[in-house]
Amino acid sequence: MNIVVLVKQVPDTYSERKLADADHTLDRDSADAVLDEINERAVEEALQLQATHGGEVTVVCVGPDRATDAIRKALSMGADKAVHVSDAALHGSDAIATAKVLAKAVGTVEGVDLVLAGNEATDGRVGALPAMVAELLGLPALTHARKVEVDGSTVKVERETDEGVFFLEASLPAVISVNEKINEPRYPSFKGIMAAKKKPVSTLAIGDLGVDAGEVGLGGSWTQVTEAAPKPPRAAGQRVEDEGDGGVKVAEYLVGQKLI
Amino acid sequence: MSEHPFTLFAIDSLLSEEERAIRDTVRRFCADRIRPHLADWFETARLPARELARELGGLGLLGMHLEGYGCAGTSATAYGLACMELEAADSGLRSLVSVQGSLAMFAIHHFGSEQQKQEWLPRMASGEAIGCFGLTEPDFGSNPAGMRTRAKRDGSDWVLDGSKMWITNGSIADVAVVWVRTDEGIRGFVVPTDTPGFSAPEIHRKLSLRASVTSELVLAGVRLPESAMLPGAKGLSGPLACLNEARFGIVFGALGAARDCLESALAYTADREVFDKPLAGYQITQTKLADMALELGKGALLALHLGRLKDAGQLRAEQVSLGKLNNVREALAIARECRTLLGANGITLEYPVIRHANNLESVLTYEGTSEVHQLVIGNALTGQAAFRG
Repeated sequence: MNIVVLVKQVPDTYSERKLADADHTLDRDSADAVLDEINERAVEEALQLQATHGGEVTVVCVGPDRATDAIRKALSMGADKAVHVSDAALHGSDAIATAKVLAKAVGTVEGVDLVLAGNEATDGRVGALPAMVAELLGLPALTHARKVEVDGSTVKVERETDEGVFFLEASLPAVISVNEKINEPRYPSFKGIMAAKKKPVSTLAIGDLGVDAGEVGLGGSWTQVTEAAPKPPRAAGQRVEDEGDGGVKVAEYLVGQKLI
Repeated sequence: MSEHPFTLFAIDSLLSEEERAIRDTVRRFCADRIRPHLADWFETARLPARELARELGGLGLLGMHLEGYGCAGTSATAYGLACMELEAADSGLRSLVSVQGSLAMFAIHHFGSEQQKQEWLPRMASGEAIGCFGLTEPDFGSNPAGMRTRAKRDGSDWVLDGSKMWITNGSIADVAVVWVRTDEGIRGFVVPTDTPGFSAPEIHRKLSLRASVTSELVLAGVRLPESAMLPGAKGLSGPLACLNEARFGIVFGALGAARDCLESALAYTADREVFDKPLAGYQITQTKLADMALELGKGALLALHLGRLKDAGQLRAEQVSLGKLNNVREALAIARECRTLLGANGITLEYPVIRHANNLESVLTYEGTSEVHQLVIGNALTGQAAFRG
């Protein structure tokens, strides 16, 4: 079974993330860049499925040149090869523009049975990209999976959202997005880290995929960020004197915040 | 805007992508799997060593810089960086890995027969089997040539009698590499720990390396076939070569402990207010922090220099002594200085500082005391050996 995993390099959630003043895109120099954690889980799931069903795991990434670090991480975990789409024209692409490129990039991989992705990136948090890619590829989309099982040409998924747990089934090929409960990703082994250097990564520009520069980037995106403001500094906490009714006051506060 | 001491020294610019990836993996493993438990392990002096060994083996940490037989085959510098991350968690954890990889596995890998290598190395690399290394005796530490433990021929067998002391991993080991006196000089044996006559009582009441198993090895008429002897090691140069390997890991490792202390002190002094402003804003704090960052960074540059020499096959034993002497001595000084910045909090297990400081007291004297390394360097400088007085 050949699996494609869509991965994204994101700013580390522990670092301070900033948008550039000029065009409100991510200021990539402001933060350490890492493979998105949810993508590690998608890679892990692909590797577990591969262990049972065989085939190849290919990582597909759209991102600037330095996204090779994120790709290398996925390869060091055990993925077999990668496709990296890097092109200056992609700067500022929104989810739809990115989905178009990803769908074309998935098309360069032969005999794909399954496309795995994280349900939502930790930076943009749009959460719609896996469904968009599925639509563009004409494949069923099974999103927010906490469990994936493949049986012959059928895939069964437990989909978990705020509304509850749903049991979905589709025939392959299909697109699946996973949530943070799907698994615990492995640490790359040292042998994996050393082997990753030698694994094939095909680097493509959008022209190689037949994508026109006018369809992507800031100009080709259907959505745009018109304004951005930094997060306000944390306000001082509210001190409550306990005069025997401290518990009640805490409860009142939590009710006021709609937390209980 | 605060900066990490290693960023100030641009240490990352000296590392390859692969070395950074290995370092980051060990750092994350320690953060996820080790650090949450360290205070408890240290407090109760209990270490789940068997489970840990399997996890460490799964990553490829055990015997990582050895080639073949299931070992990862990384550079020596990558091994050093891994030791730094392990010891940033705890010197006891790094000791477990050092003894397994640099002492027990290295001895079998370099001096063992093909049969010994096939039998032990793959299982030791995976963490399924744990090894220990017996050289030091109760009465012979810096002068191992005086050892009393001996092996006598009996027909085609050897019979070993004596005892070894301060042996890391001893009570949990499946195999012990034991050095003994014979009529042919000092020789090494690969001893399965289930051999009759072998026992390894654990040493308790330690105030240092509490998250590490330390034992005595007792050999009472341990009968072994000729095939248990390490064919490639004759004389004291065998075990001393192994010790050099372990010392190399300590050159990096000790800095990990120091780095962790300094990170704690930087965070603590930024938060802790004294007379209405953070402790970090006082000149006396900053001079301490600056001096510690300087020694830490210099130590890292020395360690990396020695690592590159080792990878080029040019590292000499005296140079390892330079690194071990300097980096452990400075690491201990940093740990103690950080303790002063944390005040009373510095003596609790809520912070790693006193734990590191106590551990480094052992690191200062094991694998060659600071004084012995001074004499090794003195010998190199003057051409006169002064070990005996």
